[in-house]
Amino acid sequence: MARAATTTDAFNAVAEPRRRQILDVLAGGERPVNDLVALLGVTQPLVSKHLRVLREVGLVDVREAGRQRVYGLNSRPLKSIHDWVKTYEASWSERFARLDGVLEELKQQAVAGQEHTEDGGDDHDE
Amino acid sequence: MTNKGTATVTLPAPAQILVTREFDATRQLVYKAWTTPDLIKRWWSGDRGVVTVAEVDLRVGGAWRYAMTANAGFEVAFHGEFREIVPDERIVSTEIFEGMPDAGESVTTLTLTERNGRTTLAILMEYPSREIRDMVLQSGMEVGLQESLDHLEDVAKSLR
Repeated sequence: MARAATTTDAFNAVAEPRRRQILDVLAGGERPVNDLVALLGVTQPLVSKHLRVLREVGLVDVREAGRQRVYGLNSRPLKSIHDWVKTYEASWSERFARLDGVLEELKQQAVAGQEHTEDGGDDHDE
Repeated sequence: MTNKGTATVTLPAPAQILVTREFDATRQLVYKAWTTPDLIKRWWSGDRGVVTVAEVDLRVGGAWRYAMTANAGFEVAFHGEFREIVPDERIVSTEIFEGMPDAGESVTTLTLTERNGRTTLAILMEYPSREIRDMVLQSGMEVGLQESLDHLEDVAKSLR
């Protein structure tokens, strides 16, 4: 199947809630792994596992800072996901805007029907 | 003027898409607009074209089929079957995109929840795989729909 593997993998990477948490933290700035362990309250091997997945899809970069390795967010792969979802969302918003119009009309019909009945009941339902 | 929300799209699981939106109407009315062919014809295509077919055999095992002619001239059609129906509340149905039959069928669950006269509509779409879910998300880009939200507001107002 012809598709952009990296983008699809980024989708997969952010489908996992814990990985989204890691990205949320890194959005605030670079962190060493110990910070992530403390902030997320999970074990270091688990954090490392998630970081590995995130690095593989290019969402997280790592660099040496003194004796530490610090992890940072690379949001570029997220942008394509965001763009896909936003465009899809816009098509539904369009539909729903029209549905609003239909509903408004149905409400007015219901009100008109009631008034008609109160006026003397010469309503003729289809 | 009531507050017109926009659709909220989330990806709760690798092969799912969840779309939610609140409407200023009872769930009976939303259900009616969602299931009545003449009404479906007025909203289903959004601003992207004209609905040419809206067939709804609203019973368990009954078939549905929608088709539209897009502004660009091409035909887009979907069909499926109703699996579960709770009037004014919930519909589970299958869906096949006729332009991509190999992608298999997805399962859509519509849920209507009413609170203080307003109804939250939730559509959960479950695809055979994450790859197909992602293709569906991407297809919006390919159709090239770039309608501005201002334009949408105008359309909604003109329908009132």
